[in-house]
Amino acid sequence: MSPDLMLWIAIVVGGLAVYAIKLVGHLLPEHWLAEPRVARTAALVTVALLAALVAIQTFASGQGLTVDARLPALVVAAVALVLRAPFLLVVVLGAGTAALVRALGWMP
Amino acid sequence: MALISSAVRLARREALGVSVATGLYGVSFGALSVAAGLSIVQTIVLSLIMFSGGSQFAFVGVVAAGGGGPAAVATGALVGVRNALYGARMAPLLGVRGPRRLLAAQLTIDESTAVATAQSEQRAVREGFWWTGLGIYVLWNSFVALGAFAGNALGDPRTWGLDAAAAAAFLALVWARLADPVARWVGLGAAVVALALTPVLPAGLPVLAAAAVAVVVGWVRPGVARPAAPAADAPGDEDTDDGVRSAT
Repeated sequence: MSPDLMLWIAIVVGGLAVYAIKLVGHLLPEHWLAEPRVARTAALVTVALLAALVAIQTFASGQGLTVDARLPALVVAAVALVLRAPFLLVVVLGAGTAALVRALGWMP
Repeated sequence: MALISSAVRLARREALGVSVATGLYGVSFGALSVAAGLSIVQTIVLSLIMFSGGSQFAFVGVVAAGGGGPAAVATGALVGVRNALYGARMAPLLGVRGPRRLLAAQLTIDESTAVATAQSEQRAVREGFWWTGLGIYVLWNSFVALGAFAGNALGDPRTWGLDAAAAAAFLALVWARLADPVARWVGLGAAVVALALTPVLPAGLPVLAAAAVAVVVGWVRPGVARPAAPAADAPGDEDTDDGVRSAT
């Protein structure tokens, strides 16, 4: 199978999986999912995955770990979040910081 | 027939504000998705079917890191698990059956749940849900398409710092969920686990392994952390208490 076809399959299967999860919530009796432990774990799973993605997107380079222009970008993004900047501004500031640091040749 | 109550008007206004604020940054998802290696059409199709911001960002994040399809699917799905809890909460409030229920399920995301459950009248709850869900569906996907075309035109994503923008986007997505101290520790633990496993596991799996931290802590530790309240910002991400207010 070509990589592009594999990606298409992943897109459709992933999309349907996320839709199926939403639908399950609508179809199951409410109390099945009302258990506090289920709700707590679901909330923490989201936090864990997003936090892991922050780390990977900042430091991973293939199978290796590296420090490059993405790190100052993340720091600037964090400062923007502390200052309660909206999502889009945070993302733009992150991109701009990395682009600038690279253009100046400070970091790869 | 009857006059529209002020509560319903308020719900519609809130829905509109949240839809615009959320829809706009679909542009960042579109650009990052193309930078991750999806085509413009793949980006749009993914967004139309998956329609949950956190899951969409997670899916393309794993692809960008070199992870395979199964890892991307599993990560996107796991990030979307909380939507099942929103569905369970919304179903009795909406009281819909048949095709409308299928549509309601697709529109069940952080923002629609947050706006709906913040209303006090039944009709306002329902209108809040539908206007927010449909508004974001239209605007988010439009801006995703726009972002995909823009990202495609930019060329090398690294020159524009789009790889760093992905990290910033994930930080912004998780930020609102870190109010709780347990969540902060879980997030830190997950980040450490993912980095530690990166050199030894194929790409995509370290992120999934990090979810184990959450499962262990969530299941074992009694009486901690808020339940899955809608939090943060993308389809898939708005806080009932402060996020919606700040977005409106």
